Amino acid sequence: MSGAGHAHLRELNDAVLQVRDLEVTFGSGRAPRVQAVSGVSFDIARGETLGIVGESGCGKSTTGRAIMQMPPATAGSVLFEGDDLGAMSPSELRLARTRVQMIFQDPISSLNPRRRVRDSVAEPLDIWSRGTSAERRQVVDDILADVGIDPERAAVARPHEFSGGQCQRISIARALVLSPTLLICDEPVSALDVSVQAQVLNLLEDLKARYSLTMMFIAHDLAVVKNISDRVAVMYLGRLCEIAPSRELYEHPAHHYTRVLLDSIPVPDPEVIAVGHELVGDLPSPVDPPSGCRFHTRCPAADDQCRTEEPVMRAVGEDHYVACHHPLVTSVAIST
Amino acid sequence: MSQTQASLRGGPEPLVSVRGLRTLFATERGLVRAVDGVDLNIHKGRSLGIVGESGCGKTVLSRSIMGLLPSTAHREGSVRYEGHELVGKSVGSMRRFWGQEMSMVFQNPMVSLNPVMRIGEQIAEPLRIHLGMSRSDARDTALQLLEEVRIPEPKRRLRQYAHELSGGMRQRVVIAIALSCGPAILFADEPTTALDVTVQSQILDLIAERRQDRNMAVVLVTHDLGVVAGHTNEIAVMYAGKIVERAPTNELFANVKMPYTRSLLRSIPRLDDDPHTRLHAISGRPPDLIDPPSGCRFAPRCAYARERCHVEAPPLQPTENPDHVYACWYPVGSAEFFEREEELVATGVHVRGRQ
Repeated sequence: MSGAGHAHLRELNDAVLQVRDLEVTFGSGRAPRVQAVSGVSFDIARGETLGIVGESGCGKSTTGRAIMQMPPATAGSVLFEGDDLGAMSPSELRLARTRVQMIFQDPISSLNPRRRVRDSVAEPLDIWSRGTSAERRQVVDDILADVGIDPERAAVARPHEFSGGQCQRISIARALVLSPTLLICDEPVSALDVSVQAQVLNLLEDLKARYSLTMMFIAHDLAVVKNISDRVAVMYLGRLCEIAPSRELYEHPAHHYTRVLLDSIPVPDPEVIAVGHELVGDLPSPVDPPSGCRFHTRCPAADDQCRTEEPVMRAVGEDHYVACHHPLVTSVAIST
Repeated sequence: MSQTQASLRGGPEPLVSVRGLRTLFATERGLVRAVDGVDLNIHKGRSLGIVGESGCGKTVLSRSIMGLLPSTAHREGSVRYEGHELVGKSVGSMRRFWGQEMSMVFQNPMVSLNPVMRIGEQIAEPLRIHLGMSRSDARDTALQLLEEVRIPEPKRRLRQYAHELSGGMRQRVVIAIALSCGPAILFADEPTTALDVTVQSQILDLIAERRQDRNMAVVLVTHDLGVVAGHTNEIAVMYAGKIVERAPTNELFANVKMPYTRSLLRSIPRLDDDPHTRLHAISGRPPDLIDPPSGCRFAPRCAYARERCHVEAPPLQPTENPDHVYACWYPVGSAEFFEREEELVATGVHVRGRQ
């Protein structure tokens, strides 16, 4: 299977992550197999933040987890700083994972409720026995202070004594304590109130600069993703639909699905009248995805070609690629 | 207080009028004042948004109006529904109001549906209990309700279980159940928070349509000002158990008075902003409702607070528009507010620009 093509992959000298033709299927035996991710390719340059958006079930979280090899992809490759994570031995992978860390949606359940939070943050350092115990203590104190948690309180308190926003800060501290290169954030702010969400997003931007991080930011909220990302990839039903620099994507969406997603965001202004590009129907089953373009069952522009022929990624602008037979943006002349 | 009530008068007789409502919870640590003196009117066919951060009391307020509270809760004040006083009524005598007069749509449709009961039976149950319908009548009505909330293949869905439906469809079922006995008021507590954006707009539009068709009042409880902007006639902003600003939706967005409301609005990332625009976070956390701060409860987190704010609690007072009330000594637009804003901009704490 060709997947959505590779036209959008860049020739990067310093790519932190290169994902090619990633496929993840679940299920075994006679049960129908769920194709969670089918032929997804993308790359992330050093220091870049790539946002991945899509609805529940589009495969965005599975993609993030497949990069971490938990579980590993069914097919395709994940090159992290040039090394194929999928081909590593368990001990090599364990070492590589110190450079790729992940934070999750529910900050409270991702911390051990019975441990003092400082111990949870210190654990990765203890496991790898980095430096002397005094040095380790200093690193933990510094990182807790950086995320805005009082180290003294963290030394005695357990997760339930902190708010959701504070627990997410603690999870971020734990992810950063081994100084990783790549931070994968899976819906890190969707469980938080808007006021706290703004605090955590600002914090991630600060930490990204301070710790020279490369980030992959998975979320369903496009306004949040636009705020934090340099480039944004849109996924639908296991496939990549569109990838572009964030401002370009928001100003000139080329895929019909991207436009629907953009139009669905409630605008905090009653004067703005909804434009009415609304999705009809439900997400088709990933057990038996539609033929051709997977969005054709809900797309206003679908025709016979869309039903039979799968679109591949093609350029519609500067660094702007879309997998659609009838994109919304065609004005840019592309020399082929 | 008298000013507040003045602003609540006028217009047609409200369906529900809430006066001086307090809801207290006895806990091991002390008395939690979850709702602390709220005045509110809910009108037929209109939509009211109740907005605030987690823990501001918005969910407890909506449940206090409906009388859906645990036994550890204590209500004071008055909730009048079409002339009936609801505070002090027993659970038994509340039953005739639940379902037929008021009903509620909850946040998480997976938890609010029974996993081992077919969808059809769950919709039929209130019809049989509250309206005394026969089994076959209830089944026919359940089918009509599923059609009304636009669930595809409604006949087949009647025999399915909750886990066989998508999140959006489950929430449609919950709405069908809430609408089943023809309530005059529908409370929707974060009805779309667990759902995707595309599904969210479908569900909000569905609730708006049903409101118009049935001339039903809707109370939309949410933390998302974006959700209420397009789907309410009036908004009440809550902070630490109190209403701090209340206004018709357009008026509120055009003419924010309370710095808290303004901060909430500014903390939302907006699509028309450039990537990496610094967000206006509200520092700190909402106060402990066992021992709330004296004076204005938002003062400890407010960048515009002055000495008076920490000592004296501001009353709700009307603006030039009598329907717009707010509780703040130095509201947005006042000389003191601008003075502080200049300082904040000068020190780089705030960025000048959009409201």
